[in-house]
Amino acid sequence: MKYMLLIHQGDAPTPRDAEAWGRLSEDEQKAVFADYKAINETPGVSPGLQLEAPETATTVRVEDGRTLTTDGPFVAIKEALAGYLLLEADDLDAAIELASRIPAARLGGAIEVRPIVAW
Amino acid sequence: MTTLEQVFREEWGRLLATLIGFLGDFQLAEEAAQEAFAIAAERWPRDGTPDSPRAWLVTTARNRAIDRVRRDRTLAAKVRQLDASETAEDAMEETEIPDERLELVFTCCHPALALDAQVALTLRTLGGLSTEEIARAFLVPEATMAKRLVRAKHKLRAAGIPFRVPPAHLLPDRLSAVLAVVYLIFNEGYGGRGDLAAEAIRLGRALAELMPDEPEVHGLLALMLVNDARREARFADGAVVLLREQDRSLWDFDQIAQGRAGLDRALALGGRGPYVLQAALASLHVEEPQDWPQIAALYGELARLTGSPVVELNKAVAVAEAGDPEAALALVERLELDQYHYLHATRAELLRRLDRVEEARGAYDRALELVHSEAERRFLERRLAELQA
Repeated sequence: MKYMLLIHQGDAPTPRDAEAWGRLSEDEQKAVFADYKAINETPGVSPGLQLEAPETATTVRVEDGRTLTTDGPFVAIKEALAGYLLLEADDLDAAIELASRIPAARLGGAIEVRPIVAW
Repeated sequence: MTTLEQVFREEWGRLLATLIGFLGDFQLAEEAAQEAFAIAAERWPRDGTPDSPRAWLVTTARNRAIDRVRRDRTLAAKVRQLDASETAEDAMEETEIPDERLELVFTCCHPALALDAQVALTLRTLGGLSTEEIARAFLVPEATMAKRLVRAKHKLRAAGIPFRVPPAHLLPDRLSAVLAVVYLIFNEGYGGRGDLAAEAIRLGRALAELMPDEPEVHGLLALMLVNDARREARFADGAVVLLREQDRSLWDFDQIAQGRAGLDRALALGGRGPYVLQAALASLHVEEPQDWPQIAALYGELARLTGSPVVELNKAVAVAEAGDPEAALALVERLELDQYHYLHATRAELLRRLDRVEEARGAYDRALELVHSEAERRFLERRLAELQA
């Protein structure tokens, strides 16, 4: 089975927000980097790309042939996608296990596990 | 009940589990199992019931499924396992048939499915209830229940929910999810729909047979058996009858004894989990006279384990019964359960005992505002009337 793991940052601090990031202890900060590195090196994982902050997003719609752009993500800032990775795993339990090791999941964000359509 | 109906009740879950294990596809397995029973309905009355109905059903269903897969190439792509089964058309011996009901129950109660889907799938696959029966039991339209089942089965396949007993490090959490589903089914029945309670007990027995070393499984079964044994006495003229006012001649003492045997087994296995504690409480409740201090202590232990204010409320009732309504009221006043009618009913009862009639009346009124069940309402109204007399 192939899954995409969609990382929603939620309230989880990132180094982009120095104040929130500073509330983590130094050990916790190190663990975040170490955990992302370990996940990206896990067999079956194809690392995704990290996205810039949701505030930098531009949302595009086309209505009656006119292109409309709005500032910000399609969903609320807190619900916006922060990153993703691809996983090839035996089953959903394995995907859930990996998702639970992604730091965002324990720091106030959430991971959405979505199976990829197999043709 | 005809032989076939009986075989259906006893064998459906096992047959389906075996077929899912073999075919790797819920929908195909279910259709093949149904087809096998349809053929049995036609042949058994004519040719006689086979020596081993189980082996006959598995063989027939499997061969039907293989035929279908061969006819339908898109299906074949989905059911990869079948390619290797060249000898599959041989009749099976009963001893060759694995019991995969545990795999089935853990799959149906996977936490990636919504709770209502877990309940519906468990009743459909393990219990063999029809979609219509499940819909009726949960008071939803049949089409809604059918959609729920289809969506759940689709997710099982599309999301890759594994058909297996979870590994040891996942087992405690996953087992409590399974037990919660069975207990939820039981409680739907306990509220008055007796057939679901019987179904939950059947599921509980199967789990106890499949997981003989899990104390919580025996605890849940014991809890259900003891509570269900009082079913006939719990209602009179459409109103709830309190335990101490129940007609004991209506209790099923054989079933209480079965429950207690299960509880002893659970305790011998070192069980002290929430279901074991609840079973011990249920067992203490049917003793005469009741050991209220012991009951209060067990509720205290259960409350520490679950952090549930509802359990604290039960503890307060036991404390009052043990002779200290004042202390009980103090416990009740601390609880944040304003929307729960039992809180107000209990508070009313305690105030009544302490001769604080005005406050008791107010509490009964509040309980009546919140109550949903007609039987409970009648009980509360009678209490309130007694107070005014």
